[in-house]
Amino acid sequence: MTLVLLLVFTFLVLLVLLRASKLIEVAQSLKNPMDVRYRTSNIQGIMMVVFGVLFLVGVFYYNFHYKNYMLGFGPHESASVHGVDLDHILWITILVTGFVFVLTHIALFWFAYKYRERAGHKAKFISHDNKLELIWTITPAVVMTLLVFSGLDVWNKIMPDIEDKSELVQLEVTGFQFGWILRYPGPDKEFGARNFRLIDGTNPLGQDWSDPKNHDDMHVSKIVLPKGKQVRVKITARDVLHSFFLPHFRVKMDAVPGMPTYVIFTPQYTTEEYRQKLKGVPEYMVPSDPEDPDGPKKWETFKYELACAELCGKGHFSMRREVVVVEPEEYEKWLKEQNSYYLQNIKKKEATPKHEASSDDVSANMEKMLSEGAGAIKLEHVHFKTGSAQLTEDSWPELTTLAHTLKAHEGLKLEVSGHTDAQGNDAANMSLSQKRADAVVIFLKKSGIGNTILVPKGYGETVPVASNDTPEGRAQNRRTEVKILSESH
Amino acid sequence: MEKNSLLIDDEKLLKENGFNDHFHEHHHDEDPYQSNFFSKYVFSMDHKMIAKQFLITGMFWAVIGAAMSVIFRMQLGFPEESMTWIKPLLGKWIVVDSAGVGHLATEFYYALVTMHGTIIVFFVLTAGLSGTFSNLLIPLQIGARDMASPLLNMLSYWFFFLAGVIMFLSLFASTGPASGGWVAYPPLSVLPQASSGSGVGMTLWLVSLTFFVVSVLLGGINYITTVLNLRTKGMSMWRMPLTVWSFFITAIIGLLSFPVLVSGFLLLMADRSLGTSFYLSEIFINGQALDNVGGSPILYQHLFWFLGHPEVYIIILPAMGISSEVLSTHSRKPIFGYKAMVISIASIAFLSFLVWAHHMFMSGMNPFISNFFVIFTLIIAVPSAVKVFNWISTLYGGSIRLNTAMLYAIGFVSMFISGGLTGIYLGNSAIDIQMHDTYFVVAHFHIVMGVAAFFGMFAGIYHWFPKMYGRFMNETLGKLHFWGTMIGAYLIFWPMHYLGLAGVPRRYYSFDVFDTFSQFQSLNAFITVVAICTFFLQIVFIANFFHSIFFGKKVTSKNPWKSNTLEWTTPIMPGHGNWPGNIPTVHRWPYDYSKDGFDYIPQIQPPLEGETTESH
Repeated sequence: MTLVLLLVFTFLVLLVLLRASKLIEVAQSLKNPMDVRYRTSNIQGIMMVVFGVLFLVGVFYYNFHYKNYMLGFGPHESASVHGVDLDHILWITILVTGFVFVLTHIALFWFAYKYRERAGHKAKFISHDNKLELIWTITPAVVMTLLVFSGLDVWNKIMPDIEDKSELVQLEVTGFQFGWILRYPGPDKEFGARNFRLIDGTNPLGQDWSDPKNHDDMHVSKIVLPKGKQVRVKITARDVLHSFFLPHFRVKMDAVPGMPTYVIFTPQYTTEEYRQKLKGVPEYMVPSDPEDPDGPKKWETFKYELACAELCGKGHFSMRREVVVVEPEEYEKWLKEQNSYYLQNIKKKEATPKHEASSDDVSANMEKMLSEGAGAIKLEHVHFKTGSAQLTEDSWPELTTLAHTLKAHEGLKLEVSGHTDAQGNDAANMSLSQKRADAVVIFLKKSGIGNTILVPKGYGETVPVASNDTPEGRAQNRRTEVKILSESH
Repeated sequence: MEKNSLLIDDEKLLKENGFNDHFHEHHHDEDPYQSNFFSKYVFSMDHKMIAKQFLITGMFWAVIGAAMSVIFRMQLGFPEESMTWIKPLLGKWIVVDSAGVGHLATEFYYALVTMHGTIIVFFVLTAGLSGTFSNLLIPLQIGARDMASPLLNMLSYWFFFLAGVIMFLSLFASTGPASGGWVAYPPLSVLPQASSGSGVGMTLWLVSLTFFVVSVLLGGINYITTVLNLRTKGMSMWRMPLTVWSFFITAIIGLLSFPVLVSGFLLLMADRSLGTSFYLSEIFINGQALDNVGGSPILYQHLFWFLGHPEVYIIILPAMGISSEVLSTHSRKPIFGYKAMVISIASIAFLSFLVWAHHMFMSGMNPFISNFFVIFTLIIAVPSAVKVFNWISTLYGGSIRLNTAMLYAIGFVSMFISGGLTGIYLGNSAIDIQMHDTYFVVAHFHIVMGVAAFFGMFAGIYHWFPKMYGRFMNETLGKLHFWGTMIGAYLIFWPMHYLGLAGVPRRYYSFDVFDTFSQFQSLNAFITVVAICTFFLQIVFIANFFHSIFFGKKVTSKNPWKSNTLEWTTPIMPGHGNWPGNIPTVHRWPYDYSKDGFDYIPQIQPPLEGETTESH
């Protein structure tokens, strides 16, 4: 209905405009055509000047107005050492181009007014001037050369890789749809080998556990870096292109599947020091949450952020991780608190005795469902880590029993479905539930399921079984189910 | 101006001095090429009709492409507002939550962004701009009866039409149209598992654009051949108007670069359906490790941008040519530095093939290679600067008729300056580290090749409308359209520089996840409001266009703008073959305005007595 009204309204406005403008045209045709033309050129010439003035004044006003938001200006000094040089080139470029911008625009709008058509005014025949052409070829050429060489000087200082990595802080980031996996190399300062074919629900990077260098590698939830130390980030991607973007550090580099890339930078302000720079700047003295006027101010909640800067699919805009810069001592302390992924998640799990109690249930339920030839069963004891597709170790027994049951039957085709509760973003939930279903299927396949066909499918939050308003209801909605698609194939 | 009455009458010159190519001996009373409705209006081989077909098809796509931007701008500007009202049009792509608030589906947001770019770049600013004016003006301005091959010319339009039909159909695919960005980088564009738009939508996108390239090549071969072979007697290359120069060089760029795009597409299609690994390596997606190893996604980027960068010049050169011609005619002055202008166009064209990787500084390409691309990119600023200074000098000392066409030509120069200067930031790889893929880039290319090219196109439409339809467009609406668009365009795109300088990345559905990017909600809302207003103003233009075709003020003289070029020596509504009798012969360059006291001296005038001679 709104759409129809909108169309009708537009049509009516157009009709009025067409009629009115036609009337003006007819009225003008009754006058002396030269008078009409001179008058038009006069009005339009004045408008050119008015526009030109407002435009240039507006540009300067808003440049100033947004100064404290723009990186490289106001309080936003570069958080990395190399960024200072980069900002410097940016300022020079702004000065040079700003000068040309103002000068050419003044000439353009002023000439449009000054030489407007009017009675008794004649144009001059000026066809070319080789000296002028030479001047305005050589001047930009010289200016460009200066800009190129100062820019390339900075670029070539920033970009080269470093051979000796022993003194560097090393970090590996891996982009996937839609998030980042962060890995530190652990005490041996070397990353263990990876193979993308080894990736599964419990091994998101495809680390080769037979490589001992992997055994001390740590997966962390946020990037923590020491101030003043050179950092080398190895950037990889698991599925499609992503881009590792740290706006405050002037760092950006694509993550390419199959080809690791690198960036090297040195943080120069801790998160706390950067907050102090923002303190006192009016734009950052406002409450960070507008709903809560007495809460912390914007400068107090400031965080460095990691974002994705290469279109990678529908969740591209949600790939955030926090970056924290601390003093080196604090960094060492934090590093010691981090656990090896292998010891915590892989080795420990294998040592866990199988939990027998839940096994019988799933076996009995499965047999019942198969004898009825339809229905779905819920896997009561399959759980994941919060917000991840990583199976918790107490899920193992039930899945192992289920695999045994499946192996005993011929020609089954089953759907394994993942469901989430309604908290968080729809798209993220959909993708998470798909990944969880995938993780279950991978686990079952590894346990051996005979010739059963398993189809993983994520439903996100679309099929709730209870209210999403209570924690109990949400717990019931977060579930994994198995359903018969067909009994023989 | 009175002195112009001393000039010899056009008709007389054509009759006595024109070149007789025995046109009439082949064409008796009836015209076998335009005998019925279909051969005249649909499958026409007349370059003027084909030009109109390109223009109107381009306008159709411009409305669709711009409407898409309005929809995704509403999502960006007013993410909290319900969009259920547009559900009748978009159906399942508006996701209504339990509270009854409808949001644009994320997949469809990216599909809209992708299709907006594809449609505007290829269908509107390549086919709609170069297709229209190359077809209309090349034969008319060089004194030819038609294109070298009218048949290929007709096919060129119908391949474009076919490409359009396929692209249009892709909008209705149940998995959505292509949604991997207009650049369609693999692996995202290869894997339907990675994005629903990479399914059938992407297939149709690739097929459509392949047909589009066929259209561009057929057109381009024709333009080049026509310019080289069908110039009338006396029309040396150095006497061609800058419009023809720019169309000619544009066609050469297109002919050399578009095939490379198709080769990139072919490899992409092979990766999509034949299991090859040109662009794929070590991918784990949807719980599954793919077999592909050894490919490189960066190879595609090289192939794509080898067209992609020349493409921006394919878009902007015709706009430059049109603006040069309009600026000169309505300033009543020669274009300043004609030869410098031609050399600039040629050097921009040459350099455009050496700069493509400046789109890839952050792609993981060897950073050493970037050095060369930075140097060539910033060199290309020199001929661009020369052109700007020449346009401004053309205004200097003129007697400027500020009609709508001229306003648009001046607006074009302003946009080209504003957008061109920010190219110097992005072409410098060090600054590009921070600016790449932020809103600064969006601001830059929208101003310099989006708005500027549209302004060139509008200048051309208002200026040559009398030649196309024998009527004028309404000037009052034209000026309303100009000022609204000029102010609107700057208010939309200028603030995006600030977003970019604050680090806000482009192609984000929502900024809420990040503290750094979510600070500009009111600015985003402002941009959206202006974008909607500016969009509706374009409907005024379209209404003016179609209304004027039938009801516009009639053209009463052959040369309403008192212009020097040959198209104004044809009858008001030229028929098939353009000139009823002899074709004109040319005796001078096209820019003798205000020379020796004559307001203008058309190209067909033989040297006048006592005329000062200059070396042109």
